[in-house]
Amino acid sequence: MSGAFWGLAVVAVAGGVAVFVVDSMARATFALLVSLLAVGGTLLLIDLEYLGVLVVLMMVMEMLVMAIFMIMYMMNPAGLMPMKMVHNRRGAAAIAGTVFVLLAAGALLAAPPSRRGRPPADPTHALGLSLMGPKMLVMMVVGVSILATMISAVLLATHRGRYDR
Amino acid sequence: MAAGVMALGMAVLVWGAAAFDAALGGARGGRGVAGAPFREGARLVVQQRRRTDRADVLLTRAGVVVLPLAALLAAVVLPVGGAPVLDMGAGVVWFNAMEVCVWGALWLVGWGVNAVWPLVGGYRFLAQGMAYELPHMFVLITAGVGAGSLRFADVVAAQRGLWFVVWMPVAFVVYLVSAVAMAFWGPMGQPVGRDVCGGVPGELGGPDRLVFLAGRYALLVVAAAGAVPLFLGGAAGPVLPGWGWGLLKTVAVLAVLVVVRHRVPVVRMDRFVQFSWVVLIPLTLLQLLVVAMAVLP
Repeated sequence: MSGAFWGLAVVAVAGGVAVFVVDSMARATFALLVSLLAVGGTLLLIDLEYLGVLVVLMMVMEMLVMAIFMIMYMMNPAGLMPMKMVHNRRGAAAIAGTVFVLLAAGALLAAPPSRRGRPPADPTHALGLSLMGPKMLVMMVVGVSILATMISAVLLATHRGRYDR
Repeated sequence: MAAGVMALGMAVLVWGAAAFDAALGGARGGRGVAGAPFREGARLVVQQRRRTDRADVLLTRAGVVVLPLAALLAAVVLPVGGAPVLDMGAGVVWFNAMEVCVWGALWLVGWGVNAVWPLVGGYRFLAQGMAYELPHMFVLITAGVGAGSLRFADVVAAQRGLWFVVWMPVAFVVYLVSAVAMAFWGPMGQPVGRDVCGGVPGELGGPDRLVFLAGRYALLVVAAAGAVPLFLGGAAGPVLPGWGWGLLKTVAVLAVLVVVRHRVPVVRMDRFVQFSWVVLIPLTLLQLLVVAMAVLP
């Protein structure tokens, strides 16, 4: 179990590093995907089956949709010229270093909270009850607005008139 | 053991689908259709790899390999002939997640070979994915709601009295449509269409092409096999043993899918997106509503 966790952790971090090392937007996208799939794998390790598989499902779809936009908006869409994933190198390094130090300090210095309660027998069931119980109104509003946004975005994106069928 | 049987069954069904497809397509030379997939496979194995200028070999190979791998991984949770290889609590979601990996596979191949028509094909498949995936998800959820579980074994158990296909006919039909789309097959074959010179696998040759095509048939087989536990009562049936019924039902669905390729013209993707979002999504949501109201305690 611990070995699997460390394996996935290394893959996740290595994928994240690769995003900024590779010189092709397609490779960067899929390096990020590999990193996120490893994160989904760690959720499977702690028996959060539904959440883990959902992360895999959503991240594959998201990254593919993102690939379209990333390539559409990048400076050389063909991806044939070497490119850098990093802009403003010094500023980026300073910000990233500060954030890393802060987060690492928090992780190392803060006392971990003691465990309250016990894991439910069926985490998927417990998640469903939580989402559709106390959080139902929020979930319903968010769900419907996301669907409405998607449909309107598709509607706005299509430029075909009514005679081209 | 169970995994070996599953892989063997898939291989046999892939061969069967390819042979039936060859028979319907009019196998040339008067030789038997049973050997047609093997002849094509042997031809591709000895054929040279095709090389394109400045191709991204790593991404291309990854895409080619992911295609059959996704089909295999999707199949491990399906209880077609009794118990599945992996009895997963969120099996229905896992099945869907593995299917979605096809998006990545096709786009990677289309992008990686660095040629125009495969790239067009890859983007076409993403548009197709946006069209078929939402109705497909709603259909899978409908079966899950009907059973009150995302575990395939529970979905099968819930159909002991009545198959889901009887009281969720809309969901079943939409499942078949999305199955065809998922395997970019027949009417949904625009990503590999003739109008774009073969599309995604257009620049693949030799073993690459063989793995790609076999993966596509494997996807078709898995999509057909998925309909069995979801809508056709799983391995249940009189007289025959469980695996016999599972195989029989899978072959029946698979045969329908193969015949569809030779009877239905290719659909233009922008039209299908519109049909899917305007007609199929509301239909599947209504079906979901009906099922949810029927199972409410």
